[in-house]
Amino acid sequence: MRYVGSGLMLLFAVLWLFPIYIVVVNSFKSRAEMYLSVLALPQAPTLEYYADALRRMDFLVSLRNSLIVTVASCLLIPFLASMCAWMMTRSGGRFSRILYGLFVATMLIPFQTVMMPLMQEITWIRQVTGIPIRNTLGGLVFLYIGFGAPMAVFLYSGFVKTIPMALEEAALIDGSSQGGIFFKIVLPLLKPTTMTVIILDVIWIFNDYMLPALTLLSPSNRTIPLSTFSFFGNFKVEWNLAMAGLTLTIIPVVVFYLSAQQYIVEGVAAGAVKG
Amino acid sequence: MKRGKGWYALFVFPLVAVFLVVNIIPFIIGIGYTFIEWDGLTPGAQKYVGLDNFIRIFSDAQFGRDIGHTLTYTGMALVGINVVGLAFALIVTSRWLYGRNAARAMLFMPYLIGGLILGFIWKYIYNNALPDIANSLGLTGLTGSMLTTPSSAMLAMVITDIWKSAGYVMIVYITGLQAIPDEVMEAARVDGVGFWSNLFQVKLPLLMPAITICLFMTLSASFKIYDLNLALTGGGPSKSTQMLAMNIYNEIFARSNFGYGQAKAFLFFIFIAVFTLAQVSVTRKREVVM
Repeated sequence: MRYVGSGLMLLFAVLWLFPIYIVVVNSFKSRAEMYLSVLALPQAPTLEYYADALRRMDFLVSLRNSLIVTVASCLLIPFLASMCAWMMTRSGGRFSRILYGLFVATMLIPFQTVMMPLMQEITWIRQVTGIPIRNTLGGLVFLYIGFGAPMAVFLYSGFVKTIPMALEEAALIDGSSQGGIFFKIVLPLLKPTTMTVIILDVIWIFNDYMLPALTLLSPSNRTIPLSTFSFFGNFKVEWNLAMAGLTLTIIPVVVFYLSAQQYIVEGVAAGAVKG
Repeated sequence: MKRGKGWYALFVFPLVAVFLVVNIIPFIIGIGYTFIEWDGLTPGAQKYVGLDNFIRIFSDAQFGRDIGHTLTYTGMALVGINVVGLAFALIVTSRWLYGRNAARAMLFMPYLIGGLILGFIWKYIYNNALPDIANSLGLTGLTGSMLTTPSSAMLAMVITDIWKSAGYVMIVYITGLQAIPDEVMEAARVDGVGFWSNLFQVKLPLLMPAITICLFMTLSASFKIYDLNLALTGGGPSKSTQMLAMNIYNEIFARSNFGYGQAKAFLFFIFIAVFTLAQVSVTRKREVVM
């Protein structure tokens, strides 16, 4: 009974990933073989479509862009948000409370409500100051810091409240500066929240389509979702090529998942429970 | 604790500055745009039209239909994702089963794939793989693509979203189930409580905090769905699965009605705020204090 139950559960879990099996299996098949059966394993596996998809999607360039944007954003968001949340929570003044309320309220605003005025605003910023936010990877990172701030501040503030002040007070008496206290004492204590923020932001930013679709205009700046979209727009009918392309886009996600599975599951659970 | 103003500014203002530029200023400018008619191209051609944009929404039949699509989709996705996710959580927390962690890992995996890529994967499943399987099984009635008729295309969206999100809510429900004290489960076992009454009378009431969270998460995610909509159905067939987010995007950037589209976008914000806050306050009331 125990073995039967466990076997059924695992079989179901494997079948749950059946769509991914279909994609991967068909990415190695020739067109003719694909029409014969979509389910069968490839008779004569070929890497031809991978070479083609790599080239047509400009996959390595878009992977590099995605990694740059994701890594930079996921370092800067926790860095800036932890500093801000700690200082606001510890100072506890009216100004801090208003700011905190503003951060939290903003979590209810959908992207669609600010996307057009934001595009107008960054055009004006470009005209007035010459700073290019549109069509640069750095500009995209800047925007992700803004959109990631509310959730990160919210999570950090919740955690800072649970840390006893005694440690910080002792360090202050010993003559540490506030900067020293934060980086030497508080930041290491915030590590669980930092992991949560990083995991949630990686999942969100690596997969995000709409924001880069609005700001990254030139093909050389495309992130993976953008190159996938343009690839599908151009080659709608060549499904085996498309399957190879989709498999390529899933590989980084699988690598990320396998390398940090425990952190990811914990981070997602913590992010939801506190959010 | 005494704090210097300099440190305060240094720690708080960098993030606040970015936050103001990216969130608050566009939100305020956006409210201004709702009173304006503009094609987004001609500089200086903005025309103040008062509340005309909002009045126009009432006679916009497609917007009305898309509200309907979004509500239908959200309702189905909300129930589907949470029922499947809760079932998964109950299964993978059954202590007598082997391989629970492996099962959990596999069931959660789809959540990490982006909505756009997920949509393309399932487009192939619905258009090619499923008809092919039906064919080889001799089920000639099922060889059409689900994406070609309105009601089945909507169902296809929901199924795809369940595939993506059930593993996510499962993780939250697992956390909730693990927080139920062992004594409670032990007491239920000693009293000989059956599976269903154990589920409905013991576990679910104690899971209300997790249910609140999952309903909130799935409600706001389904309401704002865009990527999956774009990649899987593109809003079709004949706009029958077009959701609000796509309607707004197209109104602004495809049809260049910047003011009118922004009025829709503002209304969209109001919808989301009202729905999610109402949902949270309703389910919060049903939480049991231990």
